[in-house]
Amino acid sequence: MHKKDLSLLILILVVGTVVAVINPRFLLVGNLSNTANQVGMFGIFSIAEAFVIIVGGIELAVGSVIALLGVLFIDLIVNRDVNWMVAFALIIAGGIAIGIMHGTLTTKMRIQPFVVTLCGLLIYRGAARYYTEDSTAGFGYGASFPTLEWLTAGRTNVLGFPLPHSVVALAIVAGIAWLVLHRSVYGRYFYAVGKNEEAARYSGIRSDRVVISAYVICGGLTALAAVLIAMYTRSISPAVHGSFYELYAIAAAVLGGCSLRGGEGSIIGVVLGTILLQVLQNLVNLLGIPSSLNFAVMGTVILIGVLADQYFVQRRQRSATARGQVGAKRSPAPLERVGAE
Amino acid sequence: MGEPFLELIDIGKTYPGVVALDHVSLSVAPGEVVALLGENGAGKSTLMRVLGGVVAPSSGTIRIDGVARTSYSVADAIAAGIAFVHQELNLFDNLDVAGNVFIGREPVHGGLLKLIDRKTLLAKVRPLIDRLGADFAPDTPLAELSLAQRQLVEIIKALSLDARCVIMDEPTSSLTLSETERLMQVIAGLKADGVSVIFITHRLNEVMQCADHAIVLRDGRMVGALTREELNPAAMIRLMIGRDLRSLYVPPAAPPGETILDVADAVTSTYPHQAVSLQLRRGEILGLAGLVGAGRTELARAIFGVDPLLAGGISVDGEPIRIASPREAIDRGIYLIPEDRKACGLLLELSMAQNVSLPDLASYSSFGLVDTVRETANADHQRERLKIRAADVKAPVGTLSGGNQQKVVLAKWLSMRPKVLIFDEPTRGIDVGAKQEIYDMLRRLSDAGVAILMISSDMEEVIGVSDRIAVMHEGRISGFLARSEFSEHNVLQLAVGHTV
Repeated sequence: MHKKDLSLLILILVVGTVVAVINPRFLLVGNLSNTANQVGMFGIFSIAEAFVIIVGGIELAVGSVIALLGVLFIDLIVNRDVNWMVAFALIIAGGIAIGIMHGTLTTKMRIQPFVVTLCGLLIYRGAARYYTEDSTAGFGYGASFPTLEWLTAGRTNVLGFPLPHSVVALAIVAGIAWLVLHRSVYGRYFYAVGKNEEAARYSGIRSDRVVISAYVICGGLTALAAVLIAMYTRSISPAVHGSFYELYAIAAAVLGGCSLRGGEGSIIGVVLGTILLQVLQNLVNLLGIPSSLNFAVMGTVILIGVLADQYFVQRRQRSATARGQVGAKRSPAPLERVGAE
Repeated sequence: MGEPFLELIDIGKTYPGVVALDHVSLSVAPGEVVALLGENGAGKSTLMRVLGGVVAPSSGTIRIDGVARTSYSVADAIAAGIAFVHQELNLFDNLDVAGNVFIGREPVHGGLLKLIDRKTLLAKVRPLIDRLGADFAPDTPLAELSLAQRQLVEIIKALSLDARCVIMDEPTSSLTLSETERLMQVIAGLKADGVSVIFITHRLNEVMQCADHAIVLRDGRMVGALTREELNPAAMIRLMIGRDLRSLYVPPAAPPGETILDVADAVTSTYPHQAVSLQLRRGEILGLAGLVGAGRTELARAIFGVDPLLAGGISVDGEPIRIASPREAIDRGIYLIPEDRKACGLLLELSMAQNVSLPDLASYSSFGLVDTVRETANADHQRERLKIRAADVKAPVGTLSGGNQQKVVLAKWLSMRPKVLIFDEPTRGIDVGAKQEIYDMLRRLSDAGVAILMISSDMEEVIGVSDRIAVMHEGRISGFLARSEFSEHNVLQLAVGHTV
């Protein structure tokens, strides 16, 4: 595990301990299981975001995509009697299509990703609200999909702990993502393009394809998260469902060591970042902090974390320079950490 | 013409291990046009930096209006009326002409907000525009102006600073013939107003046209000063060259083989009206000489698929191919070692092992996963073979020296099967020892059957390493030279667009 990930883990443990000491209910199985469920769902689309950030892009439409695809999924299985497996496949295909669109617009049309995905954020939100005529989409009485519900929102007892299946999904996604990013040829290309697209191109990497595939992975994983979240909430108000989720995702990615300049970040870090955010949410609830302060607490902790990180990086560099090492500036080397993990 | 107001006397500048300027003297009288001549790297830029107060000379005297200056800063240079018109113009695209001319010195209404006084601003700029006879208005957005017009904006800016001496660094290198003619008129106008011009150029006919006298630099030394009467192309070229070239040349083991790369009537976007044709044979080192901006790098980028070809075609082994991206070039065995190592050649934060394997990762992986053992083993092997001084192939290449970085770029391609290697300035920024190792490697590669195209602005390198030389001038090939015809004189003649 990389140093940065390790310090993030320590931070989570410290925050968790403090919360547990003040309010022991934090450690109740029910609370931990619920928090884990949140981590599972948020972790998947945070990893999705990380792929795009690592190639030097940004995806702002995550929340709106979750609303639109969630609405569509429920509509397909509840109102249109589509087999849920077919519906699931269609939703994933929808997420991938959105990814292809965003990726193509940023690479082939050379529009800044911030702008492309900001437009996506507005368009998909509007589409979701229009599609449902701004009413809540949900399961009526009698509508029941036992297998689907068990698969997505169910929990399995593991040694007395009700393990949410969203966590299982996250574990599988994170495992594959880790393999792809940190071990595979393609992961190399992601980091290389994110670091220096020009040099990557000169080394024969088809950088446009790499960038588009990052958006495609992002779209597909976001669609998966959309189904999980829809099945968990069971009713979707298209005006608010999933709003700000892109910011949770970006925050988790940044906490996990991703640089918005691209070329950096690790999957373990992103998962830990997601956990920290959810523990903080939990902290607000359990410590009796007004829930209106929710975002303020998260923002403060992220800021402090980033400042501390910056401080330690600079201190390391200074002491390295003091020792007269030439290699003092070797802080980022994202691929280096691959070996260390 | 009066007494010189600006005098550089016996200026020397040494950097650790390098003598950049050695006893160079230059004097400029009001209304005088002085041409500064020399090859790439002759010391012209350093001299101009001394004049601009950017670089302090190691020895010599700077005298302004007859007063010797002990210290001389950029501010002193500006106060003395010395202004630069840079080759890459320092202007703001998002402002208008007047905004650019008075940037940082805008006339303001009083008050806290310091609102810009547009009326005064425009009124101040208008007479300067008229003075040069320029065909734009003070409020024309800069983005709408051509390169030649932007140059005039720079000159206007200089005049607004009450410049007494305007230094123009290769002002005509990107101008069309008629624009050049216009600039010549502007220079004549400045001269008539008593403003001096120092004119750096490679174009000898322009020197003939406008200069009052010329000085010629070579290897940091002043090798000649020509008066108006002495200015003729033969004399200038004779002074610019004439150095004994150390003989680097190692002949090939066997005569060159069949044509591998055939570039036919290739047109790049930089010179849309010029076509380039050249053939590269197996086992041959073809030097591509020319002045900076002649279109050599653009040609290399087009062959490698970085930029599209506007017209013309490329054949490899007699088979016409279309190269739309570097990937396709690489798959054909055409590799480029780019001029800008840091931006294009390497990923500085990645390790040597990762840089070397990048274009051919599939060979180091099974089931899509990278085998770092194989990757490291190859990097270690290349490190031995190319004598790359890196303690660890896993350290970021950014920590290596320039010469070792260049060898890592080379290692990347030598790990594959090179058919054609294009070197763009192979030894720029590299120390002498590493240079020789790279030359040896070039010859070994060509003897192994690789066809090598070597772009170089270093005369010694072009003449000492190439088997044959193609010279480019303003987007076209102005001539080929066989080994027996090699001379600095011939290369330079072709580079400035003359015939041999």
